[in-house]
Amino acid sequence: MSKILIIAEHLNGKLNSSTARCVTCAREMKPDSIDVLVLADAADAISAEAAKIDGVGKVITVTNAANAHPLAAVYAPQIVEIAKKGYTHVLAPSTTFGKDVAPRVAALLGVAQVSDIMKVEGGYAFQRPIYAGNAIITVQAPPDKTLVATVRTASYAAAANGGNAPVEAATVSAELPTHTRFVELAQGKSDRPDLQGAARVVSGGRGVGSAENFAIIFKLADKLGAAVGASRAAVDAGYVPSDLQVGQTGKIIAPELYLAIGISGAIQHLTGIKDAGTIVAINKDGEAPIFEVADIGLVGDLFKIIPELEQALG
Amino acid sequence: MKILVGYKRVVDYNVRVQVKPDGSGVVTEGVKLSANPFDDIALEEALRLREKGVATEVIVATIGPPDAQAHLRNGLAMGANRAIHVVSKEAVQPLTAARTFLKLIEKEQPHIVILGKQAIDDDNNQTGQMLAALWNRPQATFASKIEIANNVAKVTREVDAGLETIEVDLPAVITTDLRLNEPRFIKLPDIMKAKAKPMETIEFASLGVESGDYLKTTAYAPPAKRSKGVMVKDAAELVAALKTKGLL
Repeated sequence: MSKILIIAEHLNGKLNSSTARCVTCAREMKPDSIDVLVLADAADAISAEAAKIDGVGKVITVTNAANAHPLAAVYAPQIVEIAKKGYTHVLAPSTTFGKDVAPRVAALLGVAQVSDIMKVEGGYAFQRPIYAGNAIITVQAPPDKTLVATVRTASYAAAANGGNAPVEAATVSAELPTHTRFVELAQGKSDRPDLQGAARVVSGGRGVGSAENFAIIFKLADKLGAAVGASRAAVDAGYVPSDLQVGQTGKIIAPELYLAIGISGAIQHLTGIKDAGTIVAINKDGEAPIFEVADIGLVGDLFKIIPELEQALG
Repeated sequence: MKILVGYKRVVDYNVRVQVKPDGSGVVTEGVKLSANPFDDIALEEALRLREKGVATEVIVATIGPPDAQAHLRNGLAMGANRAIHVVSKEAVQPLTAARTFLKLIEKEQPHIVILGKQAIDDDNNQTGQMLAALWNRPQATFASKIEIANNVAKVTREVDAGLETIEVDLPAVITTDLRLNEPRFIKLPDIMKAKAKPMETIEFASLGVESGDYLKTTAYAPPAKRSKGVMVKDAAELVAALKTKGLL
């Protein structure tokens, strides 16, 4: 009997698509049930979204003012209490949210965690990347212990809507710590698609040259209805904020179309895009490693090519 | 105030790691080993807190084989006051590492424990969070800015949505992200000085840590290769190619 509990990720009253991606991964484990746990200060809208995901059996909500922000130290004891009600698996997305909270849950349960599941080989056997994706290992977890894992969201499409799962309010008795307090979240304001869920992404690298020059990347992205990303080199050089970084230590993404502009293609960057549908590389250095993985390559000066590209796009 | 820093030795980040042809592991013989880059950042931050007068002592600790002493000497040369070497021939998994560090915490009573957010070998990103849970103390992961005042750490965290700031009461565990600082280079005279700094050696078995190494790695494989694509000569050809693929 395997019962999976997925920890919902949400922000500003909206469910993150990472939750539906976890559902897809969970379904591959062929469990008896998949439930979603929503911890929030106001859970109604979020749980309604979660209830619609195909494959979800039940949505459990824990509503508490202390759950207004995703503080791992506050969330973890509540997740543990719910998980102990017969769940065999606890899954969270391998986003900064899931990476923060899941190991805390695992440690409280006294179990190991499998990070970044990219392929399911059974209820307790999974593939995951190590060394920035230079090697893929198969790990076997003990079936007699609760399995805590994070799901590499780029490896799974979001489960479709179409379900109508019941929503159940739960109360937990766990004492919640006050030693950790939310102060603020500074969000980049943008009407562009979210980098992690976007179908198209335009990324710029060191070759873009400056923060001012990055306007050319944003403009092209807007023309394509794409999200904007960047290499670590571009972020370190201060061209764009860190939440745009794609790669081993930034975001791992899988858009249908990825345009890498002025990005040489360090392995740490490539690991973040290897699941992209089509990779287009534009770089003045024809020897750049990005061309090894690009489906379509174009060697040349990006400042000349991008305006031409915009024109060709009409 | 005392700061404990986790300082792991890993395959250098410039090495392109290869899976052994028989799939039994990755090639680590003869490759360059270095401090985990996130741990260098952790140590640098601890040193800066000491230089600001916030901290008085910085301890670097590692769990590793006997030859990891030279690695810890680098941490001492960078500026740590002393080192603790938990000797373990076998690599340990994050839960075991967290349980081991909890023993060091009980012994040293640090006010802040700074670890890298992940080690770039196993890419697990777990030990700091697990340690905070076992210690029953706050965690501030993926830190890009740390301010300490009145026994509270105000930490800015790099999260997917942007920059989140939280406050945690000390003692606490902080894990570092890339942009927290730029680690200093080690100077030759400091390498000489480091030789005289205290290094404590503790046998892993003597700590009485219950192993949490519950995961078995059953196979190693190289990543699936993307096939090499086509080159186009200009923007018009690029657009045509994308249209052919149905992407525009």
